[in-house]
Amino acid sequence: MLSRRELLLWMVALSAAGWLRDTEAAPREAKQLLAKLTGGAEQLKGGVTITLPAVTDQARHVPMRISVESPMTEDDHVKAIHVVAERNPTPAIASFHLSPANGKAEISTRIRLIKTQIVVAAAQMSDGSVRIGKARCKITGGAGACG
Amino acid sequence: MRNSIHVKAPRTAAKNEVVRLMTKLNHPMESGWRRTLDGKAVPKALAGRFVCLFNGREVFRADLDAGTASDPYLSFHARIAESGVFRFLWTGEDGSAIEKQARIEVV
Repeated sequence: MLSRRELLLWMVALSAAGWLRDTEAAPREAKQLLAKLTGGAEQLKGGVTITLPAVTDQARHVPMRISVESPMTEDDHVKAIHVVAERNPTPAIASFHLSPANGKAEISTRIRLIKTQIVVAAAQMSDGSVRIGKARCKITGGAGACG
Repeated sequence: MRNSIHVKAPRTAAKNEVVRLMTKLNHPMESGWRRTLDGKAVPKALAGRFVCLFNGREVFRADLDAGTASDPYLSFHARIAESGVFRFLWTGEDGSAIEKQARIEVV
């Protein structure tokens, strides 16, 4: 038989677990996808810059630039850049495959963001290391990218 | 594919110059997130693959998923070691393909 105190503790614990599940499900999916795309390598911070508008009401076409610090030589270059969005209905945005022939690791495109969220990019370098960068974009205007 | 492809590339470059290349495809890039008024999901239909080749060698490849905006636009760079032809090739998930070429001369 549960005491009143134990019952209260359980109620608090269960509601906390439910709250975590509601808010963390999508970012966890994005994290898992990124780990799968990069082959589970350790993710180091720095060296990857994502440029997004701080605020936009054009959620269907958000301009994004990603640049990775790299000399882009045979010995040291970026092999791939994977991009995910933490709170879109499906997290995958795109994967870009680069080579020394690019000369410069900088790409631009336009993305969809359904609500205010963080976009994560992981760069796979030629030595096997993985570097990540993040940027947040606030979506105003309500329509999101679904309309 | 509702297709019209746009390419922007310089006509000339110095040897080993890094140039910026841009391409855009007119395509709805249906994400699969939307529903119609009667609640049916609109099926996903993407132009999922873009490849850029220079003289037959791959320079850049992009695998685009639902998070890419409609009328996908891409900008990237290439180091020009010799004169040649760029092929910009877009492929849809339904297998349809469209391409455009751009010639660049080393001066």
